[in-house]
Amino acid sequence: MDLSFSPEELAFRDEVREWIRTAMPPRLRAIAEVDGHFGVDETMEWHRILHRKGWVAPHWPRKFGGPGLDVTRRFILTEELELSGAPQLLPFGLSMVGPLIMQFGDEAQQARYLPKILSGEEKWCQGYSEPNAGSDLAAVRLTAEDAGDHFVLNGQKTWTTYAQYADWIFLLARTDTGAKKQAGISFLLCDMKSEGVRVRPTLTIGGTHAFCDTFFEDVRVPKENLVGPLHGGWTLAKALLGHERTLVAAVGSSARTLLRAKRIAQSTTRGGRPLADDPVVRAKIARMECRLEALKMANYRALAGAKQGHAPGAESSILKLCGSEIIQGMYELCLDLMGADALTWMNEPGVVPAWEDWVGPNYNYLRAATIYAGSNEIQKNIIAKLILGLPS
Amino acid sequence: MNFDLTDDQRLLVDTVTSFVKKESPVERFRKLRDDEEGVGWSRDVMRKFGELGWLAVPFSEDDGGLGGSMVDVALILEQLGAALAPEPFLASIVLGGLAIAHAGDAAQRARWLPDVIAGDKTLAFAHLEEGSRYDAHHVSTRAERTGTGFRLTGRKRWVLNGHAADAIVVVARTSGDVGAREGISLFVVDRGAPGVQITTVRTMDGHRAAMIALDGVEVGAESLLGTEGAALPIVERVLDGATAAACAEGLGLMTQSLQRTRDYLVDREQFGVKIGTFQALQHRAVDMFVETELTRGTTILAALRADDPDPLQRMRGVSVAKVQLARGGRYVVQQAIQLHGGIGITDEADVGLYFKRMHVLESLFGDEDWHLSRVSSPG
Repeated sequence: MDLSFSPEELAFRDEVREWIRTAMPPRLRAIAEVDGHFGVDETMEWHRILHRKGWVAPHWPRKFGGPGLDVTRRFILTEELELSGAPQLLPFGLSMVGPLIMQFGDEAQQARYLPKILSGEEKWCQGYSEPNAGSDLAAVRLTAEDAGDHFVLNGQKTWTTYAQYADWIFLLARTDTGAKKQAGISFLLCDMKSEGVRVRPTLTIGGTHAFCDTFFEDVRVPKENLVGPLHGGWTLAKALLGHERTLVAAVGSSARTLLRAKRIAQSTTRGGRPLADDPVVRAKIARMECRLEALKMANYRALAGAKQGHAPGAESSILKLCGSEIIQGMYELCLDLMGADALTWMNEPGVVPAWEDWVGPNYNYLRAATIYAGSNEIQKNIIAKLILGLPS
Repeated sequence: MNFDLTDDQRLLVDTVTSFVKKESPVERFRKLRDDEEGVGWSRDVMRKFGELGWLAVPFSEDDGGLGGSMVDVALILEQLGAALAPEPFLASIVLGGLAIAHAGDAAQRARWLPDVIAGDKTLAFAHLEEGSRYDAHHVSTRAERTGTGFRLTGRKRWVLNGHAADAIVVVARTSGDVGAREGISLFVVDRGAPGVQITTVRTMDGHRAAMIALDGVEVGAESLLGTEGAALPIVERVLDGATAAACAEGLGLMTQSLQRTRDYLVDREQFGVKIGTFQALQHRAVDMFVETELTRGTTILAALRADDPDPLQRMRGVSVAKVQLARGGRYVVQQAIQLHGGIGITDEADVGLYFKRMHVLESLFGDEDWHLSRVSSPG
């Protein structure tokens, strides 16, 4: 057993750090420095910079334009990017539909969609949940009726994050209304500019319009936009949940937020002494630090397993559960350390220190972390059944 | 980065697992526990451990050992923990044995280690005192120079295996005030030396330990291990190794507690169905599983870092693991009892034994608060 990176891997980490330091434009750096909020424009600006470097999709194989990095270097790159405070790229193309098109799409689909996901020319959103199909995803009701050379879509998707900015949506649609729940679903790609698509952004408790409701009224989708077999979309849906699970440990983001907590504890005083001198505060921070170290070890174990080509095992099933709770815990810690500054909400700069501005909104929004990508309760149902073998 | 066991390590795990399965069912521990005349563990089994080579693992080949790592020790202790084997591996090998190995000269090592590695003799390590809490440098026991050696005076508490050990490695102060980092020395004291008073006490987990009074105990110069007054770094290293080992034993306890609970949920029926179908219980079992997996990772961290030459890295890795054991381990053993219902409260059910042992491990070598403060220390 060995916990260390090789000299070559460490050299790669230094290379990544140095590149981030020089490649990030001053405007983005200023936001990153105080952990501020990146809008879609800034996020896409960073996306294009990473694309020019060839690092926008560390997990994509070389064949599809990825950098061809091994598992460890992918991990290092991802962690360093998160730790730097750089904008977090939109995952819908790069991490969700992209890998599915690689796995299940035909060559024409791969050639049509993948390069524009990489370049950032086309942004994607995810059309999975519906008002009556949340945790029970297989209950989707949006219909795709066979009309010869195309499907006709009618229905509604919800929680379609950033649909208002998206050029394309990938969705689960019911193509066989007579079949059993999972059996009649297909995986379709739909141009958001199609006639009959309407987007209504939803204001979240985080104070931003992160989600949308997306409505489909007699929307025509060409048959060549079907990915995988007709009525076989459930296989893709499940495959995606697998891809998503490894994304959400968010070790780098949590580490970054822990640094923010320490910054708040250092810069906040009580009776003329930094809060960071208070043993109760120190214990509180140390407790989260230990929790993060434990998550890191679980992540390393999953990583080492993946390096050997093992299927994700027991250790990776806990990453989403723990990762989401830990990032929530980190923001809760920051908010608590802010004291009365925690009252602030979307004020002009200067009301509170800049690094405190977005703690409240992020804390609010990140309540979603234990809900999206399969709520933690659903994750527990899966672990109970598949790993512990408990009866249903 | 690599978490694979070597072929030798895999063989070691298999050997320990099959040995305890055959020779050390939980029932064996119960009998030893209930035998008022005995020491709470079996000298024959300890010798078997010696024959199998397990007691030799962490010692260098020059000392008759196998030159293994703390990871190897952790692999053994995880399985011994799972079986609740009460033999004093931790006290005699990881504490007393390694203290002599790290601090002793060639003659001292040759004098003690072969018998300890064979399992013919056992050691104890006396460091805790009234008011020391978990700080290794809080030492009030005094060792004064005499014409031929030293005279030891003081009281030690909760000495693991102190009731049965052939010799006790004593942390004593040769100079400086209580709490000073300098002036701490290590001595090997024969259990029969005049002035050594050993009082056997019971511990929550059904083991025994000792309260030891040293009342002007005269020892020769040859019983001083290493350099006079400079033993603290070794004491801290030994205690960190023991902490990593305790985490590994705790992991074994957690794994078993989870396994037994899972089996109970699959077996037990109420309301005409298996209780394992109830979502409230399923999710609790998953929470236990999560804590066990997290502890598996941090135990690896502790075992690897326990051998780290950089003390700061070592302390940090070990403390992170002990904090996780304190939180996750306690949760798992508590919920194991809860999910067993009333039967979990009876002495007849094994989950209670795991519960008790876990609490003892948590109270040894620094509790959660102590390790949290170490994690948050600057540096």
